[in-house]
Amino acid sequence: MALKGRDLLAIRDLTREEIEEVLAASRRMLPYARGQKVGAQLDGRVLTLAFFEPSTRTRLSFETAMARLGGRSVTIADSSSTSLRKGESLYDTIRVISQYGDAIVLRHPNEGAARLAARASDRPIINAGDGAGEHPTQTLIDLAAIREAYGKLTGLTVTLLGDLKYGRTVHSLARALALFGATLVLSSPPSLRLPAPVREDLDRAGIRIEEVPNVPEAVRRADVLYVTRIQRERFGDDAEYAQVAGSYRVDPPLLEGVGPKMIVLHPLPRTGEISPEVDASPHAAYFRQAFLGVPVRMALLNLILAGRSS
Amino acid sequence: MTAVRELKLTPIRNGTVIDHIGSGLALEVLRIIGIEGREGGEGGSTVSVAMHVPSQKIGWKDIVKVENMELSPRKLNAIALIAPTATVSIIREQRVREKRIVALPDRIDGVLKCPNPSCITNQPEPVESEFEVIQRAPVVLRCAFCERRVDDFLHHLA
Repeated sequence: MALKGRDLLAIRDLTREEIEEVLAASRRMLPYARGQKVGAQLDGRVLTLAFFEPSTRTRLSFETAMARLGGRSVTIADSSSTSLRKGESLYDTIRVISQYGDAIVLRHPNEGAARLAARASDRPIINAGDGAGEHPTQTLIDLAAIREAYGKLTGLTVTLLGDLKYGRTVHSLARALALFGATLVLSSPPSLRLPAPVREDLDRAGIRIEEVPNVPEAVRRADVLYVTRIQRERFGDDAEYAQVAGSYRVDPPLLEGVGPKMIVLHPLPRTGEISPEVDASPHAAYFRQAFLGVPVRMALLNLILAGRSS
Repeated sequence: MTAVRELKLTPIRNGTVIDHIGSGLALEVLRIIGIEGREGGEGGSTVSVAMHVPSQKIGWKDIVKVENMELSPRKLNAIALIAPTATVSIIREQRVREKRIVALPDRIDGVLKCPNPSCITNQPEPVESEFEVIQRAPVVLRCAFCERRVDDFLHHLA
């Protein structure tokens, strides 16, 4: 399999076929991810997690994925305890620790950090989020959740609701969906529309895009409703944030009249965008999506480290 | 060589002549090629600049002459970012040894600073900035690290 030994820095590093391969492999990981089968595919392998920015679930799901396949992980979870604090560059840090394990999972606050790390390392680098940049494994998880609900990724209408300007998960997901010929419905407050360069990329990719500011209409159109968190830290003052944050909220009345198979996804954590009453709805798929973080990362690690898809 | 130009700047024996720079852009060209006027230390390069010189080709132009230095093609090609009409002559013993129009390369390394303050290239890392040319007319660059797009190069010279 072509992914063996490769970096995963951005979702566009993968072809459509490679994405399908990862998703198929992740379905075969489900019994292991649930603990029904005990895996030993990565027995003896060591994964280095270098997290220079706080993240609980991404780190835990990588560690769990490695453990479920019989491998081990070593983790830097607090950059204040590393030599970066002593002024060592990321380049040097990665150059050194890349010699220890078999691959590195990197989370870093600066955009482009993963690409720099890839130059410093002769082992695979998996980008687990570089600032406002890329977070490709999250996109694979989003796609896995859609694929699981519909059995396919083609021909679906995906409504992206919320902060389409700063939400990096949305940009990566939109680019990936473009490979599969989805229709995108964009619904956001005027100040948080999709940035022009991302929009241009999508237009070039030939994906159908409609802007539907009216939230109920955008929701009715959806096979998949992908909701994002408005990132409070991006706003200068609280009044501006409050105005935008209150402009949409997914609650049971909003979901009345949607198609029976329609699913609601959210990369989590949520703040107020989805009311807790939606959790009991058959449409709520965001916790399932979060669970898929483990089998998807298992599949990816197995492919990259061992070149195996089961 | 026209009579007018010979009056403004004398020919050099050895070095690099950048001609047909758009009028008013000579100082930016010097910044792009990283010439500060102190090159070579004591007795080093003399740098001559002529601005707003009549040109048969482009109306008005600027000229830059850097003595005793042959600038690398990498730096010279980056001039195309702001002065696509510029020509470069390498002079040895008062003879033009090489003359060509600057050509925008596919990648611009080390000349610009990424406008994204959070880009890894703006941190204390042992790495040069790197931009890919993603559009040629008008020129748009993209940071090879953080993917930020740049089209106002004059504001982002390193």
